[in-house]
Amino acid sequence: MNDVTKPDGQEPAKAYNILNLGPTHPATHGIFQNVLQMDGEMVMHAEPTIGYIHRAFEKLAEHRPYNQIAPITDRLNYCSSPINNMGWHMTVEKLIGCEVPKRADYMRVIIMELARIADHIICTTIIGQDTGATTGFLYFFQMREKIYEIYEEICGARLTTNVGRVGGMERDFSKTANDKLRIFLKEFPEFLKEFQSLIERNRIFMDRTIDCGPITAKRALEYGFTGPNLRAAGVDYDVRVANPYSRYQDFNFSIPIGTNGDTYDRFMVRIQEMWESLSIIRQAFEGLPEGPTHADVPEFYLPPKQDVYSKMEALIYHFKIVMGETDIPAGEVYHAVEGGNGELGFYLVSDGGRTPYRLHFRRPCFIYYQAYPEMITGGLLSDAILTMSSMNVIAGELDA
Amino acid sequence: MDVNTLNTEISELLKAEIGENLLASELQYDFPVYTIKKAALLQTLSFLKNDAKTGFGFLTTLCGLHFPDKEEAEFGVMYQLHNLEKNLRIRIKVFMPKTELAVPSVTPLWPAANWMERQEYDFFGFEFTGHPDLRRILNMDEMNYFPLRKEYPLEDASRDDKSDKMFGR
Repeated sequence: MNDVTKPDGQEPAKAYNILNLGPTHPATHGIFQNVLQMDGEMVMHAEPTIGYIHRAFEKLAEHRPYNQIAPITDRLNYCSSPINNMGWHMTVEKLIGCEVPKRADYMRVIIMELARIADHIICTTIIGQDTGATTGFLYFFQMREKIYEIYEEICGARLTTNVGRVGGMERDFSKTANDKLRIFLKEFPEFLKEFQSLIERNRIFMDRTIDCGPITAKRALEYGFTGPNLRAAGVDYDVRVANPYSRYQDFNFSIPIGTNGDTYDRFMVRIQEMWESLSIIRQAFEGLPEGPTHADVPEFYLPPKQDVYSKMEALIYHFKIVMGETDIPAGEVYHAVEGGNGELGFYLVSDGGRTPYRLHFRRPCFIYYQAYPEMITGGLLSDAILTMSSMNVIAGELDA
Repeated sequence: MDVNTLNTEISELLKAEIGENLLASELQYDFPVYTIKKAALLQTLSFLKNDAKTGFGFLTTLCGLHFPDKEEAEFGVMYQLHNLEKNLRIRIKVFMPKTELAVPSVTPLWPAANWMERQEYDFFGFEFTGHPDLRRILNMDEMNYFPLRKEYPLEDASRDDKSDKMFGR
């Protein structure tokens, strides 16, 4: 209606409506505020405000011993906590120069890929949900529950897992964990296939998502995109391949990429990544070597409880670790893992003290969410909602 | 390419480009680290980004540093660049005295730096000159201190009902 020219030929003054999307809106899946300038249904300008769940992790980390920082990392991207935990352990291992045994690495790969699948299940089903396809959300979430049950068997927790330790894994997989993994590997392909065939060629879904919130590869790189969102734009950058950690080089997998960088491509890249993750888990599970599940680093890895009660050295190490009195080399180290949303980096400066001198998290969400206004400007409000859910912005990682 | 070759190669390129302004180069684990003068920051970064011999076109992250004991170089900013084609990574650092916290903004080079710089302004108080929209981002606008500086205690400095003795460094 704003485009109607007045009878005397003069353009009327544009009157935009201001729409507050958030901070708490059911369609934003988290606490984000966007002040949108609307021309009817069209978004003309967006102004994101973030920081609603900021918890000052970088400051907290400067006051905690190294082993107490792992629970903080749980709460970054809480949809795939194990990846964050492992990223942190590997950062400390790099600093102290610790080599993790092969079995522990394979166990880590299994749980990290499970976490990636759980993360992608959330994102893909939420895209479905926001286009009106509730079925996928309800049915496919059963598989996320199965993954959480496996987590529970491995480490005792479901969401904020705090799994693994500096030097390896805290315990071996139990028999139940192995059984549950085996059942998951058998059941998951059917569920994924069902979900995929329900959505991917669905006419309504394709009409809604193709060309919705697109970004070019060049622009995505300038905005620091990583992970599935960058790959959807056609850049095959994946930390697991570029800088392999945890023996990812042992596994055979491919990196799915898209072409248009729109919501549909972001959805499809995640679906394909779930297939690849499944194949990695299968390879790691079948090739799981025998051997120790942690490295011989008594200064960092808690001794078995029975030893603490009966042996002097174990008691000393136990005390030193729990009190955070272990010596650590001074230096600065950066380690990155491929999180559910992209390159999750840990920049750690150590001065040899009991806590990090400075710890900076490179949070992929925080960096790519700033492209959101550009991606939705000129589109419809309903496309803005879809773009946000397909970018998989997780409030915990965004605000740290 | 292994990090030692990379280090020598980039050192030579940087020496040729900025000469005296390259203060130090070292290897920190798998990263070549270059400390440069603040005045040459923009020149160096745009050279590293745009020159065909370097091609570090991707800004991985940047973050502020605070070393209260280093006199005349209390504050620093580190930039981490990535050459995605050849998969090479380097780190650039600048240091400055606490009285001169103005740093040239790299947002014109990488839009990604926009929020990263806002974040470091929010926590350390760097004045990124040339930044399009330098405001606090994670903390509330009314905050009148920079919480990641070392002199601020873990708990909110404006509160007096909690003591910091249990978690003190």
